[in-house]
Amino acid sequence: MKEGKTVTAVVEGKSKRRTPLVDRFLFVVKVVLIGLVTIGFLAFVAQQISPDNWFARWRNPGATGLSADQIKGLVISGLSQGVFYGLIALGYSMVYGVLGFINFAHGEVFMVSAYTGYIAANKFSANGMWESNFALCLLIVLLLAVMVSTVTAVLTERIAYRPLRNSPRLIPLITSIGVSFVLQNAVLGIFGPGTQGYPQLPEWLAKQRSILTFEISGIKILVFLVTIVSMTGLWYLVERTKTGKAMRAVAEDKEIASLMGINVNRIIVTTFAVGGAMAGVAGVMFGLLFRAVNPMTGFLPGIKAFTAAVVGGIGNLGGAMSGGLALGSAESIAPQLILEPLGVPGVTQLKDAVAFTVLVMVLLFKPSGLFGERLSAEDRA
Amino acid sequence: MSTETSNSESTDPSALLEFRQVNTHYGAVHILKDVDLAIYPGELVCLLGGNASGKTTTLKTLLGMVTPTSGDVVLDGEVVNNQPTSYRVANGVTMVPENRRLFKRLTVKENLMLGAYLRNDRDGINEDIEYVYDLFPRVKERLSQKAGTLSGGEQQMVAIGRALMSRPKVLLMDEPSMGLAPALVQQNFELIEKINNEGMAIFMVEQNANMALSIADRGWVLLTGRVILDDTAEALRANEDLQKAYLGGGSGE
Repeated sequence: MKEGKTVTAVVEGKSKRRTPLVDRFLFVVKVVLIGLVTIGFLAFVAQQISPDNWFARWRNPGATGLSADQIKGLVISGLSQGVFYGLIALGYSMVYGVLGFINFAHGEVFMVSAYTGYIAANKFSANGMWESNFALCLLIVLLLAVMVSTVTAVLTERIAYRPLRNSPRLIPLITSIGVSFVLQNAVLGIFGPGTQGYPQLPEWLAKQRSILTFEISGIKILVFLVTIVSMTGLWYLVERTKTGKAMRAVAEDKEIASLMGINVNRIIVTTFAVGGAMAGVAGVMFGLLFRAVNPMTGFLPGIKAFTAAVVGGIGNLGGAMSGGLALGSAESIAPQLILEPLGVPGVTQLKDAVAFTVLVMVLLFKPSGLFGERLSAEDRA
Repeated sequence: MSTETSNSESTDPSALLEFRQVNTHYGAVHILKDVDLAIYPGELVCLLGGNASGKTTTLKTLLGMVTPTSGDVVLDGEVVNNQPTSYRVANGVTMVPENRRLFKRLTVKENLMLGAYLRNDRDGINEDIEYVYDLFPRVKERLSQKAGTLSGGEQQMVAIGRALMSRPKVLLMDEPSMGLAPALVQQNFELIEKINNEGMAIFMVEQNANMALSIADRGWVLLTGRVILDDTAEALRANEDLQKAYLGGGSGE
């Protein structure tokens, strides 16, 4: 972001009178994006009112509109996807807040947790405990996976990032991509490239329930509950405890934090551990919900979570979760709400394109993210 | 106010904080050269010197952010050369940094409590926070406000309060009048004098030499890493060479 500013400054310096070419180009991009979203949305509204309007006949013949239940379904599936982005995004955001670099290996920590959950759950399933005493099993699986992912996150900090603490920020960033490959390939080597399945969920958890007219499966309710509990725990840790206060102090000014007597290294390790634990929770929940893991499981959710962190305003924990929910909802709803009425073919395949378009739009219109504070040069120096 | 003026004996066991023949290097660059300093209980001492004379390095070495290449840093009779900053803060030395450096996104209360980060004596902390409120009634009105929203003068109060919360024996101050509105500078020095009068030993690095010497008991002058003058504040104010070199011929600026 800082580089972006400098570039603009240079461009401005060169041509003082005319609007810089880059700015004019970006303006056109903004207009086109806003135009598409607006037209798409209006077309959707028109289609809901009367599926047989002239625009629909032109762009989307055979339009039927969406029923209320379909829309509710899209919202629920968007939010339940967004929860994962949010939980993983917390780790990106926290590490960025404290160390100022993006830890791209964080998505793999999530994947490692999903694998740990898979091993543990299948062990329980093999001896029948999974069916007979699900709640206890789930608790143990969750604890194990959180432990493993926490240790993974802490180890990557110790081995890969700490020796680079004083190097330019680009270097740990590149290293984190390396760490990501190492973890992916380690899992690939141990478990092979195939997709592994979680055991069947008990009937009471898998069945659909109806809450406030929303049709939602029991497992999704569980995912939301666990997320709320973890977020509350995290909020309490960061806002109400001495360690949390120290974390925020370290994020703002390491030198003065250590002047207060704060052990900066320990706080950085804690940050990685907490981020890892959040990814750990997400990993098990992901496994239970989608019941499949493979070595690439962490890749796309990782990138999307990074996107969510940026969308919400990186360095801001509430922003990371809201960014995740916003991104999940957008990629679930936007294809049918905006793209389909515009006559784009195969909209359900375009989830990822939508997610990254959201990123582009947020960066164009509010570069600090939806809830981000403006980073003054002084703060980021 | 302390009447301590004997400064030649830097190995005096009663010194709170001292340098014994300290040398420091940044890479190959020799910064501090055989520096001897001592701060005694209740004193207000100031360190003067131009740019790049080693003032900041002196503070960093006292706090353990820079390790001396030779010589000893002694805190309350104990050699602390290899002790980290946290150890020294826990044992009675802390600093009000240049430009205050509050945690701007944290509340005023959180800033103050971070000063007491290493302490676990709840009663003592409450006692000290009440002391800070007495000292700065305005700070008490702004406890739940983000520190970044305070005015410069208020930030200075919080910065001093935060430092006092570690219950130091010696308070280091790096350029306390830097970045303050001229009207506040005078007020700031009065404040420093007041804290000193309550028995706190203060070691101050300051550009505003005349003003600093007007409240200090003693002063040192550093020139390219060497102590070239070491005398009482009155004697330094009377020193003509110093007047010419640093004090701008006695004008208040």
